[in-house]
Amino acid sequence: MPSKVSSDKKKNAVIKCDSVYKIFGDNAKKMLQKSNGNVDAKEFQDAGCVVGVNSASFEVYEGEMLVVMGLSGSGKSTLLRCISRLTDTTAGNIYIDGKDLLALSDKELINLRRNKMGMVFQSFALLPHKTVLENIAFPLQVKGNSTKDSMNRALEMAKLVGLDGRENYFPRQLSGGQQQRVGIARSLAVEPDIWFLDEPFSALDPLIRKEMQDEFLRLQGVLNKTILFVTHDFDEALRLADRIAIMKDGIIEQIDTPANIVLNPATEYVAKFTREVPREKVLNCESVMDEIGDLADSDMSQLRVSKDAIIETVCEAVLSEQKPVAVVDKNDKVVGALHCSKVIHMLFGTK
Amino acid sequence: MNYITEHPKLSQFAVLLAVFFLLYFNINPADGIFWRLPSLLTDLPRIVNDSVDFLMFEWWPIEIYDPEIEEYEETALLKEITRSFSRSILFCIELIREILLGGVKTIVAFTDWDFVEENEWARLPAMPWTVVAAGGILIGYALKGKGLALLVAFATIYISSFGQWEPAMETLSFVLIAAPISFILGLLLGVFAYKNRTTEAILMPLLNVAQTMPHFSYLVPVMVFFGIGDHAGAIATIIFATPPMIRLTLLGLKKVSPEVLDAGMMSGCRNFQLLYKVLIPTARRDILIGVNQVIMQCLAMAVIASFIGAKGLGFNLLLALNQLRIGQALELGICIVLIAVVLDKLSLAWANKQTDYFADLPFMQRHKYSLFFGVIFITGIVLAYIGSFIFKDGINYLYLIPHNKGITTENFWQAGVDWIWDTFFFSLKAFNESLIQDVLMPMKAAYLAMPVVATFALVMGVGYIIGGIRSALIVGALLLYIALTDWWDRALITAYMTTFGVIVSVIIGITVGSLCAQNSLATKVILLVCDTFQTFPSFIYLIPVIMLFGVTDTSVLIAVIVYATIPATRYTVEGLGSVPPSLQDAGSMSGVSRLQRWVKIELPLAFPHIMLGINQTVVFALFMVIIGAMIGTDDLGQYILKALSDKQGTGNGLLLGLCVAFIGLAVDHLINTWAKKRKEDLGIA
Repeated sequence: MPSKVSSDKKKNAVIKCDSVYKIFGDNAKKMLQKSNGNVDAKEFQDAGCVVGVNSASFEVYEGEMLVVMGLSGSGKSTLLRCISRLTDTTAGNIYIDGKDLLALSDKELINLRRNKMGMVFQSFALLPHKTVLENIAFPLQVKGNSTKDSMNRALEMAKLVGLDGRENYFPRQLSGGQQQRVGIARSLAVEPDIWFLDEPFSALDPLIRKEMQDEFLRLQGVLNKTILFVTHDFDEALRLADRIAIMKDGIIEQIDTPANIVLNPATEYVAKFTREVPREKVLNCESVMDEIGDLADSDMSQLRVSKDAIIETVCEAVLSEQKPVAVVDKNDKVVGALHCSKVIHMLFGTK
Repeated sequence: MNYITEHPKLSQFAVLLAVFFLLYFNINPADGIFWRLPSLLTDLPRIVNDSVDFLMFEWWPIEIYDPEIEEYEETALLKEITRSFSRSILFCIELIREILLGGVKTIVAFTDWDFVEENEWARLPAMPWTVVAAGGILIGYALKGKGLALLVAFATIYISSFGQWEPAMETLSFVLIAAPISFILGLLLGVFAYKNRTTEAILMPLLNVAQTMPHFSYLVPVMVFFGIGDHAGAIATIIFATPPMIRLTLLGLKKVSPEVLDAGMMSGCRNFQLLYKVLIPTARRDILIGVNQVIMQCLAMAVIASFIGAKGLGFNLLLALNQLRIGQALELGICIVLIAVVLDKLSLAWANKQTDYFADLPFMQRHKYSLFFGVIFITGIVLAYIGSFIFKDGINYLYLIPHNKGITTENFWQAGVDWIWDTFFFSLKAFNESLIQDVLMPMKAAYLAMPVVATFALVMGVGYIIGGIRSALIVGALLLYIALTDWWDRALITAYMTTFGVIVSVIIGITVGSLCAQNSLATKVILLVCDTFQTFPSFIYLIPVIMLFGVTDTSVLIAVIVYATIPATRYTVEGLGSVPPSLQDAGSMSGVSRLQRWVKIELPLAFPHIMLGINQTVVFALFMVIIGAMIGTDDLGQYILKALSDKQGTGNGLLLGLCVAFIGLAVDHLINTWAKKRKEDLGIA
């Protein structure tokens, strides 16, 4: 299970984007000023500009995993590159820990990257002339750590991602999955607070991808980083995300928890993705339950289910009960009731 | 009619040929300007000479203190700059040379001749050859292991036992200066061009010209600016070896995937770290090819640089060739090849060296190679000392084997040549004569009988068909320059020899390449053969052909053919090998025969790549034709060679070089444009 940010915990925005625009083209800035923030992609295209990101505003909280989902050309990678400042943002503000990212000097930016940020790339982006260990130690050596310290730390990281025994291999001698493990280890070597992943598993075979997703969830369970994860795979987004942002043509169409997106797609475009999704695999009891209302204890069955439980896992038990099932939170307090009819509607009703 | 509309290019070519022949047969020498253009550029060489003289001896006069006459003297700025540059290069070369061979010049540089003459002890002693050889073997072992050590051992023992130690070390000292300078200069300029688009735009055409200029034409200006001697040879070599390094660095850097660059940035690299730790190492593959090219060029220039005073193997080889001492030339040639191979392998191994981070070794272990070298050094000196007692009568074989006092196989080779001459005299002579009389002479006459208008029509027409009006204008302009100089007829002769060489090379190359590509083992073998042959400096090819055909056009052409067949073969094999296997499978399932597969699938798809090989073939052939001037031709090369011995030869040398370069560039432009379009059409760009 992905760890959910409980609503009662004070939300602390690590990344904050405030109407971020990225438009490619020579006179992008001028066009943007003229349009006064209302960017029409077509109009810009005629003027020789390509709209990458169109007025993106959102926050990523501490320890949260935000997955940006979109098809190719939707601007999701561009958004990530803006936030990591690999490309210059055309307009808008980005704050990292409350500091204005775009106002940082080159030196401050390098310091930020050396200490706070880690990034994983789609095609691994390993240095071909360095061994696994040297690749993992690279950010540490760049930082100026002593060879001994960085190598020891790299050894630890290699162990963490399950590459022990292959430290002295070269990237070309590894499979895709193993190469990406190196990429992950490298991005974690400096113990960053913020972790960027740009379609990290897209280049892998389906079975390996599943394995790496599990591995990734395991790591996140241990490390609890603030994560911005980009993917074009909706299933992957559902599997991993605390919240999903769905992008199309540079615009964030909807940003919400997986359950809410599946239950209430904001636009027709989002609905296209959710239509085929097996809801029982995505939704948890909390998102299907009703208020207890005036139901007495005697009206409920003896069975209790956790509000975080995915429907699929409890569905059989719930449906065999005659009465509504109580839903409890972590402290065993009853927070709602699950009606069989609701579950059946969710499973078989028209979507 | 259908055929014409379906193949518009083909009919265009037919029309073009018709026009060409119409012009060819209807214009004769009486037609003045249509026959040959007036040489409007006759004065250009003189102008170049005068401006060089002005730059060198009059421009920006400065006062320099002369210690000998104890007075200030007026001299030109540029002259002083080039002089001090020459001096520092020469000092470096002398230093290495005297470490290897002993001498007094390094000490002279710090004191003066009088001091050295008064004090006999004031000279660097030569290192015993055993120490240098064992040191080389040790480096080979430390970098790569037994194989490389064996190679170095073979090379050093061969060189010393054949009595070529001294010239070999002279050559080495000059390569060890020229190669690193070319490498660093090429790397820096390559990086600079990568970072800055304007630099790239300026550098590219310069590189194109520099890489198609024949070696000889650099020599004259270098001679004027830097004088004669080892330093001038080194400078000419640097000028020649740097362009491929720049090009390959740029190519390699451009191939670095943007994600790797991003990864470097996200790891927090500063600009310099990004360059030094990410970009250059990632582009290592191409940069190493560049290093290989630099070393090859340095040794190829070893012979040519001896024209302007570089000592060493090249100079001796030139002498041997001039005296037709084939056996000795062969031995010297092998020495050059061995040095080239050893340096190439050593530099490659050095670049691929890995460090072990967890070896927490004691002092002895960590410095074992340095310590071992110390042992070798002392042993070598002791051996040399003992040697001085054993070999009492003059030559101490354990210290230094003097020039030509080693073993030699010269007599054997000479006997071999004599035997070939005795046995095959009539067949060789008949072949030689019939080739010259029935093929070469008529071909040469046909080229010389070509009216200038016809040539322009043909070349610009081809340009127009291939790349539109732009290409036509480019090749037209390149040709116009040649037509306006005094040397149009010479250029036609160069063109005829090159054409002949290229046609034969391409036929052999494509045939051999196609046959070898059918079998994976044969592919490997032929690529290895190509690699090996490419290591030989171009001069080497002249040795065996002179042996067989004496000093004739046939010799030059055969050397051209052997040399130029290498790229044709290599690119054919590579091109055929890169045909996607899925297409091969599709062919198999359609039931093609072997021949059909070759004609219908492999050849059309590989052809653009093969064309690039033909492009290389043309460049190689041109170079060899020019070098062929050494054994007597009457084309542009001969004139360049003449310019070398002419005091006022700068202008002639440079402008003749440009003629050759422009022929190469015109062909290069046409083929590249065609190959690019064709690849786009096939969707394999």
